[in-house]
Amino acid sequence: MSTPEAKPYPGTQAVEHDKARADEWPLFEVFIRGQHGLSHRHVGSLHAPDAEMAIKNARDVYTRRNEGVSIWVVQASDIAASSPEEKGSLYEPSNDKVYRHPTFFDIPDEVGAM
Amino acid sequence: MYAQMIKSTGEGVKSLEDMEPQERAFQERINAGGKIEPKDWMPDGYRKNLIRQIGQHAHSEIVGQLPEGNWITRAPTLERKAILLAKVQDEAGHGLYLYCAAETLGVSRDQLTRDLLSGKMKYSSIFNYPTLTWADMGAVGWLVDGAAIMNQVPLQRTSYGPYARAMVRICKEESFHQRQGFDIMMKMAKGTDAQKKMAQDALNRFWGPALMMFGPSDENSVHSAQSMAWKIKMNSNDELRQKFVDECVPQAQYLGLTVPDPELKWNEERGHYDFTQPDWDEFFDVLMGNGPCNTERLEARNKAWDDGAWVRDGLMAHAAKKRAAKLAAE
Ligand SMILES: [Fe+2]
Ligand SMILES: [Fe+2]
Ligand SMILES: [Fe+2]
Repeated sequence: MSTPEAKPYPGTQAVEHDKARADEWPLFEVFIRGQHGLSHRHVGSLHAPDAEMAIKNARDVYTRRNEGVSIWVVQASDIAASSPEEKGSLYEPSNDKVYRHPTFFDIPDEVGAM
Repeated sequence: MYAQMIKSTGEGVKSLEDMEPQERAFQERINAGGKIEPKDWMPDGYRKNLIRQIGQHAHSEIVGQLPEGNWITRAPTLERKAILLAKVQDEAGHGLYLYCAAETLGVSRDQLTRDLLSGKMKYSSIFNYPTLTWADMGAVGWLVDGAAIMNQVPLQRTSYGPYARAMVRICKEESFHQRQGFDIMMKMAKGTDAQKKMAQDALNRFWGPALMMFGPSDENSVHSAQSMAWKIKMNSNDELRQKFVDECVPQAQYLGLTVPDPELKWNEERGHYDFTQPDWDEFFDVLMGNGPCNTERLEARNKAWDDGAWVRDGLMAHAAKKRAAKLAAE
């Protein structure tokens, strides 16, 4: 449930969220593919000394009840994320392209299901 | 609850008109049922409160392993031992989910751990009581996890996205905890006279502390009003406590056990049970560090942290060595 998006919080000893301090294991984000052929999904995060241990820890923390058949881990500092300020410029261009949705087109009833 | 007595800004809830545009947009998003995500703008008080609340919740999950861990080696059967072990392992997981949620607010897990170990941050008062008999494992699962569920289910709708998602995972696992506890109570309550006595004794000792888990009445608390406006607290303490009592009394009756409250009776008019408040002086005393097990619990956590240092360091050194070897080979 951690995310690479977090900011450091002033007044704590925290360093920037995605940078490990010398005495702290780095942060890994965990992605798991469930049983039914869906894509890997972000399930949360954990700390581990390296990727190999991160997978072992992810097994214990996130799949105690057969939640998955495949685990990906990636160091949080390696993830690039969009920022909320870009919401407008990133997503608005698709707002005026309503023809991308099938409901834009009226198909006469006599044509049948399409 | 697992997070008790969280203080907010103390300034009272601002009206939408009194807010700057940024804060108004934030509050309106919450009012509309929207989620706040880590990178979004949030008031400083919201961030601080959440760090305290989620941190305290996480610490409670972690320290909460100790009273039950106490019985893993002494469980009466291999099956009970395996079940208890799985339950305690879940609690470790709950702690980790929550630390990760707190980390998205910009505090590190090690920092939170240090604040727990130094006594600067608190955990739930309930875990400062000892678990004296096997029946206590029943009472803890039934009452303590039961009370936790009361609070955690509504928190799945809390405004902070990472916290809400952690709660969803946790709630999925909690009902196993409560049921395994009730199952132990059923066995004990329907067992020999000595076993039944043990079950009653466990209920007697845990009833009051379980009611305290919800915290003192907060009808008039500005802190709670602010937390509720921010939707990081969903119900008043009294509301949840009443719900808990109403749910537990019939369950105790089923077990043939007596809730240790002579004033307990059904109130037809209110549609709820009337009950006696727990001993709030005792509650504050336990929070101050004077409960029966406060010292022992903190010592156990400090020892675990200190004894584990060589493992943490060793694995870091090993990872660094592997990285260097890989680089050299490239
Ligand atoms: Fe838990
Ligand atoms: Fe984390
Ligand atoms: Fe639990």
